[in-house]
This record gives sequence, structure tokens and C-alpha cells, in this order.
Amino acid sequence: MIITKGKPLDEILSELEGLEKIFIVGCSLCATASKTGGEEEVEGMKRKLESFGKKITGSIVLDPVCNLQKSRLDLKRYDSEIKGSDAVLCMACGNGLQTLGEILGDKPVFPANDTLFLGEVKRFGVFEERCLQCGRCLLTSGVAICPLSRCPKGILNGPCGGANDGKCEVAQDLKCVWIEIYEKLKAMGRLGDFRKINYPLDYSIKVRPGQHLVRRGVSSEQA
Amino acid sequence: MSRLRELLESGRFVITAEVGPPKGSDVNDFREKVNLLKGRIDAFNVTDGQGASMRLSSLAGCLVVLSEGEEPVMQITGRDRNRIAIQSELLGAYALGVRNVLAITGDYPTLGDNPNAKPVYDLDSVGILLAASSLMNGKDLAGNPLKGNPPKFYLGATANPNFSPLELELIKVEKKVSAGARFFQTQAVYDLRVAEQFIKRVAKFNVKILLGIIPLRSVKSAQFISRMIPGVKISKELMHRMEVAEDPKLEGLKIAADFIKKVREHGLAHGVHIMAIGAEKTVPVLLEML
Ligand code: SF4
Ligand code: SF4
Repeated sequence: MIITKGKPLDEILSELEGLEKIFIVGCSLCATASKTGGEEEVEGMKRKLESFGKKITGSIVLDPVCNLQKSRLDLKRYDSEIKGSDAVLCMACGNGLQTLGEILGDKPVFPANDTLFLGEVKRFGVFEERCLQCGRCLLTSGVAICPLSRCPKGILNGPCGGANDGKCEVAQDLKCVWIEIYEKLKAMGRLGDFRKINYPLDYSIKVRPGQHLVRRGVSSEQA
Repeated sequence: MSRLRELLESGRFVITAEVGPPKGSDVNDFREKVNLLKGRIDAFNVTDGQGASMRLSSLAGCLVVLSEGEEPVMQITGRDRNRIAIQSELLGAYALGVRNVLAITGDYPTLGDNPNAKPVYDLDSVGILLAASSLMNGKDLAGNPLKGNPPKFYLGATANPNFSPLELELIKVEKKVSAGARFFQTQAVYDLRVAEQFIKRVAKFNVKILLGIIPLRSVKSAQFISRMIPGVKISKELMHRMEVAEDPKLEGLKIAADFIKKVREHGLAHGVHIMAIGAEKTVPVLLEML
């Protein structure tokens, strides 16, 4: 899931300075789970902006924002409200923001959220990064713990010399993920996989922006 | 050929020390530190932005060491450069006379004095060793041939004998050896049994081990070291010696000298590596005691 965090209201207000009529878009999936762009948060944002003198022309929670064709259709109904607005405030992730930008042409679209990472909802309000979308999943040892996203250094042959008492040198409230990998592989009786040298990653498969096409059973990828 | 390698292979007890380049372009003080130890140690290990603090480069520091007729060990981390920069730095260093390279992953930027920097880590310590080994075989990491005679580095890496579980540390040592490391510089050790245990377990790799020495300066510094070095244990006895010492700094140097003497007498390791961390000027006093 894409984890987002709401920007401070001050920042949103300063982005929207001089713009009076605002249309708000939320997202039914990740931003709803992150509590940054579901029905509830969109309502809350409406009230907050109104208390600062903004006029809310309308709002919709798209299902989800990042589906270009579907969002284009769903927004049709709000054509006049959006045309009559000075700006659109997007309560989705950075991807949703750009999908809106693409659909809405020259209408200014502003982010209400900071997009943090692709991660796990551990429990209510607690999220942790889990995948960097490296383009060729390395986790072929069965261990299912990703060092690229969970070791701050993203190193391939850990732990580094800083792992202290099982804790990470960088984020001391977290366990060193390389020690977790070691312990899990050991418990699985697969320490042999831990002994193998991991060669430096191939970044040529990860030229940005990624494009992925699946058509008639054929998959071509540059992700 | 690397003088450090010759010495280590000759079986002589080797002493190296760490010198940190300055935060600035004035190398006078750095040169002075080198001069104080000139002819008294076998190699100078020049740090690469230690503690993620931005300093004069390790390569430039190595050139100062070379200009004094001494033997440098160039530390190189994966923190600040990608594989293209690391390989070209290695080639440049060799061309200018650097023979010994110590590969380190590198402390994370947020721990240093430029916390906003982009962490690179394209290569970790094992990756740097692979790159250097590949250059030594006349090819870059991507397999492209190099022109002319390939460099002949003497490659080193770090290890921590205090680390628990030790099995995990040994696997890392093994990986580093397969990637090309021929000598190891260890984290500070204060307990001979810990050193002995480690040396026994790495004997099969047939590499040279320089045991790390950080002279204690005060009770506070001892406590700090206990916190900062993963797994390190400073015995109650040593703590007590520091507590009651009239001159704790001198006592710390004595403790270090005793330790080094024992290592040398018992042939425990191939040498020691002294890390004075900013107090390089006290190292000659320590050397006098040996
Ligand atoms: S290795 Fe990690 S970053 Fe790469 S795809 Fe797998 S989980 Fe994601
Ligand atoms: S302590 Fe472990 S998780 Fe933290 S940076 Fe080092 S290897 Fe990565």
C-alpha cells in the first residue's frame, strides 16, 4: 500500500493562498487506509478550509484516483463544479495527484498529502516501508524480508558494522534487518543462502520513469 | 608492491595507526601528526569521512602520507560514491602510489555533520572489494577491459571480534575474503579471550589480522566506547584501573600497551591497528611503552 501523511494545514493554506474556490478529491484505497484521504478526512478538510474562508465547490472520493480512465469518467459529473473552482486539492498520493493533473489539464492541482513509501499497515496508524520496487525482486531465498527497503543503507551483504545489540545503527528503535534475515534463514535451515555474495544491483533495469505494459498475455517491462 | 603486505607476510608484528584528515584544506596539522609517527609505525590508515563527517578526502590524505615517505592505507566507503566514482577513485589512487585499500560500507549520513546528504550505497563493503578485485583482473565491474597494466592492490576490510552472534560476523568475514580481502582491521578489543576466540575461528581464511586498539581516555570515554562498539566488553578490572588512576589518559595508554605486548608475545595476531580518534598525538607515548 502507498503510505501517505497529511501535510500541515499551514502548508496547505499557503499553497492555496489567493485561491478561493476549492474542489477536493480523496481516494478510496491507500489514502483511505492511511487516514489521509477517505470520506472522513475529505469532510474534515472541507470544514477546516471553510473555517479559513475558502469556498468548497464540491468533493469526491475516487475509486481509486490512480486509475486514469475510470477517474476521467467519474469526474465528468463534476465538470461544472471543477470548472468553477480556482484549484483542486488532492488528498491522495503523488501518483493520484498526477493522474488528476493529467485529467484536469490547466486546472491547478495541489497536494494535501506527503507520499512516504510503499509499505505495510502494521496496525491502526502504524506503517512501515516494505518495498522499493527495485524492478527484479531479490527475495528468492524464501526469507521474505527486503533489505533494500528495510536497511537504511539498502546494502546487499549486511549487516554493516553499526548493528549494535541487534539494533540498527541508523534507526535505533528498529531491529537491524540483516540480523532478522540471518535469524530467519537460520531458523529455516537455509543459512546457505545467507553465505552467498549478493552482487551489486543492475540499475539499468530501473531507468525512470518505469513503464509496464501487459497486453494479450505478453508482458514487456521497463520498470 | 604493498609494503604493508610485505611486512605482514614476512611475519613481523605490524603496527598501523589511523589518521583522520582535517576539516579543511590546510594539511599542516595532518602532516605534523604523520611526522610524529614517522618511522615508528608501519602504515597510516587514512579515514574516509569517518562518522559521516565531511572532511578532506582519504586519497588526498594518503598523498600527504606518501609525500612523507610513509605507507598509506586508503579507506574507501560506499556512502558517497556510486560504482563509477569508486572505481575511478581506486584507479587514481593506484596511479598516484596508493597500494593498500580498506573497504567499508560507511556510516549513515544522518549520523554526521551533513545529515541532509543523499546516501549512495551503490556498493557495500563486499561490493567495493568485488570492484577492486575486478580492476586487479584488468576489468571494471561491468566487465570492460582496462588499458595497460592492471593495479595490484592489497585489499583489506573490517571485522568485529566482539560481535554477537559471532557466527554471523564470521560469515561476513568469509564473504569479504571471497571478494578479495587479504587483511582485516578489527574493531577495538579489550579482552584477550575475545581476540583469541576470533583469531582461532578466522585462521582457516588465511588472512592477516590487525587487532583494533582504542586507548581509553577516561571513565566516560570507556562508557562511550562500550555503548558505541557493538558487543564490546570492557572488564570491571579495566574500569577500576581507569577510575582510580591519577592520570586516566596515561593509564589508558598503559592498558593499551599491556594489551599490545600480550598480543605480540603470544603471537595472537599479525599486528595491531591503533585508533586514537582525534588524539593521534598521544600515540607516540603509547609506542614508547612497547
Ligand atoms: S527486493 Fe525488495 S525492493 Fe526489490 S521488489 Fe523485492 S521487496 Fe521490492
Ligand atoms: S544496522 Fe543493519 S539495518 Fe541498519 S544500516 Fe546497518 S545493516 Fe542496515
